[in-house]
Parts: sequence; C-alpha cells; structure tokens
Amino acid sequence: MLEIGLGHYLSVAAILFTLGIFGIFLNRKNVIVILMSIELMLLAVNINLVAFSSYQGNLVGQVFAVFVLTVAAAEAAIGLAILVVYFRNRGSIAVEDINMMKG
Amino acid sequence: MLATLVVFLPLIGSITAGIIVFMPSDDKEVQSRRDSAAQIATCTGLVLSAICAIFIFKDVALGGHAYTYELFTWVDSGTLEVSWALKVDTLTSVMMIVVTVVSAMVHIYSIGYMHHDNSIPRFMCYLSLFTFFMLMLITASNLMQLFFGWEGVGLASYLLIGFWYNKPSANAAAIKAFLVNRVGDFGFALGIFAVFMLFDTINLDAIFAAAEGKKDAVLNVFGGDFHALTVICLLLFVGAMGKSAQLGLHTWLPDAMEGPTPVSALIHAATMVTAGVFMVARLSPLFEYSDTALTVVTLVGGSTAIFAATVGCVQNDIKRVIAYSTCSQLGYMFFACGVSAYSAGIFHLMTHGFFKALLFLGAGSVIHAMSDEQDMRKMGGIWKHIKVTYVLMWIGSLALAGVWPFAGYYSKDTILEAAYASHTGIGLYAFWIGIAAALLTAFYSWRLLFMTFHGAPRADEKVMAHVHESPMVIILPLVVLAAGACFAGYLGYENFVGHNSAEFWGNSIIVLDSHPALENVHHVPTWVKYLPLVVGAIGIALAYVLYIMAPSLPGMIAARFRFIYQFLLNKWYFDELYDMLFVRPAFKLGRGLWQTGDGLLIDGVGPDGVSAVVRNVARRAAALQTGYLYHYAFAMLIGVVALVSWYLFAHVG
Repeated sequence: MLEIGLGHYLSVAAILFTLGIFGIFLNRKNVIVILMSIELMLLAVNINLVAFSSYQGNLVGQVFAVFVLTVAAAEAAIGLAILVVYFRNRGSIAVEDINMMKG
Repeated sequence: MLATLVVFLPLIGSITAGIIVFMPSDDKEVQSRRDSAAQIATCTGLVLSAICAIFIFKDVALGGHAYTYELFTWVDSGTLEVSWALKVDTLTSVMMIVVTVVSAMVHIYSIGYMHHDNSIPRFMCYLSLFTFFMLMLITASNLMQLFFGWEGVGLASYLLIGFWYNKPSANAAAIKAFLVNRVGDFGFALGIFAVFMLFDTINLDAIFAAAEGKKDAVLNVFGGDFHALTVICLLLFVGAMGKSAQLGLHTWLPDAMEGPTPVSALIHAATMVTAGVFMVARLSPLFEYSDTALTVVTLVGGSTAIFAATVGCVQNDIKRVIAYSTCSQLGYMFFACGVSAYSAGIFHLMTHGFFKALLFLGAGSVIHAMSDEQDMRKMGGIWKHIKVTYVLMWIGSLALAGVWPFAGYYSKDTILEAAYASHTGIGLYAFWIGIAAALLTAFYSWRLLFMTFHGAPRADEKVMAHVHESPMVIILPLVVLAAGACFAGYLGYENFVGHNSAEFWGNSIIVLDSHPALENVHHVPTWVKYLPLVVGAIGIALAYVLYIMAPSLPGMIAARFRFIYQFLLNKWYFDELYDMLFVRPAFKLGRGLWQTGDGLLIDGVGPDGVSAVVRNVARRAAALQTGYLYHYAFAMLIGVVALVSWYLFAHVG
C-alpha cells in the first residue's frame, strides 16, 4: 500500500501551480480565467503550507493558509468587481481586446 | 595739438551723425531737422579739419618741423611695442591736405547730391568715418596703426559701396571690393610680420633707421633664402595693389561705382585708392634697397596704366570711364615710385586727387541733371543747359590729359620724364607705356566730354526737358576743386619735384644716390618734354574726329575690329577669368563642404545620426510593449525565475 508522504503533496501543489501559470499565459479568451488561475496558484501555495505544517507539526503554517484564503477571497471580490466595471466601460473582457498599454 | 584735431574732428562728426542715425523720426519735419544736424556736424568737422590741415602743411612742410605726437601705448607685449602716435611729416601733411580738402568738398557736395535720399545721417556718418580712418592711415607712426587705418578705410568703402543696400548689384559690388581687398591685405599682413621678424619692431622710424644695416639680410621663405627686403617689399606691395586697384586686383574698382557718386569721388578716386601709393612712398627707405621690388612696382604700375586706359576707351557708363581712368592714373603713380621718383608719384597723387574728384563730382552733377542716367549713349547735346558743369568738366579733363598749364601737366610730365631719365629697361618700358596711355587718356576724356555734352541729344524728351543746372551747394565744391585742378600743379611744382624738393620733403622720402631718376629729370631731351603734350593733342583730335566730325565712324571701327572691341569692352575678360578660376571653384568647394561635409558627414553622424539611432531603438523598445497582460506576466515570471536561480546558485548551492 502506497503511503502518501510529503513528496506527493508537494508534487500536487507544484502541478497545480504550473497549471495556474499556464492558465495565465496560454489563455486567450477571458480575463475571468486569469482570475481563476491566480486562485489556483494561491491554492497550490496553500497546499504547500498545510503540507509542511502537518509534516513539521507546526500550526503556524495552517494559520497562514487561513490568512491566504481570506486574502484570496478579498482579491477575487475586488477582481470581479473591476471586471464588471471594465465590461461596462469597454463592452468586452476578452484578453485580446485588453491592450491599451500597447506602445 | 593741431594734428589731433585734424584726425579726430571727423570722428566726432561721424559719431554725432551716427547717434542721429539711431533716432529716426516718423515726422517728416523733425527728420529733416535731424538730417540737417548730421550734415552740419560732419561738414563743420571736416571744414575745420581741412583748415587745421592747411596750418599743419604750412608749419610742417613749408616750415620743416616734422614731429611725432604720441597719444598712448596700444600694445606692449614682449619686444612688440606699438603706440598710437601721429607721425606728421611732409608726406603726411601733403596727404592731409588732399584728404581733408577733398573730403570737406565731398561732404558739402553730398548735402546737395543726397538731398532726396532718406538715410542722410547714415551717409554722412560713413563719409566722416572714412575720413577719420584715412587720416589715421596717413598719420600712422607704425605699421600696425597703418594697418588699422588700412582696414578701416576698407570697411568704410564696403559700407559706402553697399550704401543702397536694397540694390543687389550694390551689395555684390561691396562684397567684391571687400574680398578682393582681403587678398591684398593678406600680403600686407604677411609683410608686417616679415618686417617684425627682420627688424624686431614695426615702428616706422626704427625700421627706417635699421634699413641700411639689413640691406643684405636674407629671409628663409619656403625653404629658399631670399633677399629679405625684397620679400618684405613685394608682400607689402601686394597690399598696395589690392587697395590701389592695380592690375590683377583691380576688378573691384569699376564695380565700386555702384556706390553713390560722392563716394566714388572721395574714396574710389581721390583718397583711399591712393593709399597704396602713399604706403610705397612712406616705405621708400625699404623699397630703395630692393631693385627687384622697384622693378615689379614699375612693371605693375605701367601695365595697369595701359590696361585701364584701353578699357576706358570703350566703356559707356560715364562713371566707369572715370573709374578706369583712376585705375590708369594710379598706375602712373606706381611706376613713378618704381623708378624712385616717389615725390613725383605723390605730386601726381595730389593733383589727381583734385581733378579726379572734380571729374567724378562733375559726372555726378551730369547724372543729377539727366535724372540719374549714367549711360553716355543716352546723353549728348546738354552743354547749353548745364554750362557751369560743362566748363568744370573741361577743366577736369584738361588737367587729366596733362595740358599746360593745368595741374596734370606738371605731375604727369614729371613722372614720364622721370621714367625716361631712370635709364633702365623697365623705366623705358614705363615711359613708352605711359606715353601710349597718355594718348588714350586724352582720347577717352574727350570721348566722354563729346558724348556727354555735344552732338544730338539722345535722351528722350522728358529727360531733356528736365535737364537743369545743379544747385549752388553742388557747384561750389566743384569750383574749389577746379581751382585745385588749375593751380595745384603750378604752385606745387618747385616744392614737390623742383629745386626745393630736397628741403621740402626732408626725411619723409628717401632716395638712394644710385636711383637718380628725379634729379635727371631736368636733363632729359626736349622731345621727351614735349611728347606727352603732343600725344595728348593727338588724342583730343582723334576724339574730335571720331565723335564730332564723323559720329558713325566709331561704330564702323568697332564692327571692323570686332574681336579687339569685344576684348576691351569685356575688360580683357578679367572678370570672366577670375569667375572661372576662383569664384566658381570657391562656390563648388563651398557647396561641397556644405552638402557633403556639413550636411552628410557632420549632420549625418552628429545630430541627425544620434537622433535616428535613438528613434530606432525607441521604436523597437516600444514594440516590446504589446499591451497584453500575459506578456507582462510572462516577463515577470522570467524575472522571478532568473532571480531565484541566481540566488540559489550564488548563495545557497
């Protein structure tokens, strides 16, 4: 019976984190996907924190994870609010249309 | 001191007029009052100056009290010590008389002649300024001061030729005069440097004292050793050639006639152009020790005399004829100096100053009467309308042609006799050239008279109806000058070149015993004495035949000898030659430097190149800014990865 150790948790976290990164880069459709990807990356970090916390028997990591969740929730709220406003102004939230900073 | 007054009164007048220039008024009446103020200030200055000059002449030349009056030190650097000083000796006092009297007459004449002009104060200011510089030139006690006056008169000449600056031709002529003079001045400046090298001083008295000791000195020029005094004299003579419009550097003088007529009379006939002759006479102690230099002076002078006389015979512009005549007479003065008859040269300078100024101002009076027409082909038959001018022009022409007893007779004959009496090959060349030029002089003078005053009127009726005698303010100066043209020769003869000449000139002119041309003048054969008179008469008769008896003849001759006529009419193609040799290449060089050197190289590498590179880089940098969010995020990630990698490798691993 395979024992699930620290390495497995870290691997899952790394895979999630990478998925999040590629979600940002390869996504051509929608800004909401980017927000979701960021969320994904934060969750990957959380898994790391909790995994280490459990591994080392130190609760600080889990407290920290709760903090991260809080901040992520706030960030998602603000991000979505900005998106709504943006959509009202520009009529589109397609990633390809958002290039006003072009030189 | 009287000499200080003579020199600085014109400057004060000039400054006064100059201040008036800077306060123009829109109110016509106020402006005319200011014009009068400028005229009065400058004319008073000049008349007073002329009176002082006469007193100085009496004291210095006739009394024999030459002196040098030091004003203050100018430059004191190492062994070079230069001060502002007025050297007044016989030569200077003679020049002072010529300059101040002619200048005073021209000032007064200008009141009438420039009456309609709307910048009278400026004109008077320039005229007086010129006179100041000219006086500075002739009173110079060292070569630097001489050079100061030399450049100053050049500047005044430039300003006055280009006085009517809205006329493109006047501007072109002014620039030409300035540039051609630069060529001469370059030689002059080099000459001064050479003098300083050889003598270690540029004070005239010191140079003259040391001249004899340096007569065998050599100067290394371009690797070869040359007789030092010859080199110096030739360099200085190049300066004289430029200023005095001698063959080769003469092209500016006829063009200078673009200036107002009083300017032509004062600067380009009576005074400034004689500066070269004055300089050679002043430096006679140097020139005496160089036979080569004297030969060159004679050669150039003689050639100029005949060249200008031939050209003068076919010109149609009344002022240009007189301009070429001036050029020719300057040639006479130079070959007089060349055969060591400096005093004869200066004598001719003085008489010429009077009658040539008279001729120019008379021509101005004619032009004034003909409603600003200068072409003699459009004149004729006006002598009945302007009798006084007519008579005065006759006097001027008689003096110019050297008819007894007018001034030109004494001076010109002395020069020719001196050339003959020098008994050198070059002297004889100058003599025969001078005789030929005398024939042509008489011819073109009477051609001018006949074409202008006699024959059928060729002007249109409107102009003819308007022909009128000039006002008193124009005639009066002419009468004074005419008196000079009549009597200056007779009165001056004994002192200038006759038996009293040794004490008259004192130390101001030095002639070695080996150059006895002037002493031999009294022993020349009789035919030499009469030949100039005879050829003069022939010239006059020839002009009479061609322009009064058979007016169709000149045209036929011109058609027959078409080549010669064209050659003379185009002034021996000097302008074309210089245009081809210097002007065009200079333009080409300038255009090359401008377009290739400046435009392509300097601008291309410098400002334009730098800006192009910056723009290029900036465009590429701007292209990096796509505006897509994920690109920035990607860049951030790369940065983080790079930073972490570096940290791991450098500090942890």
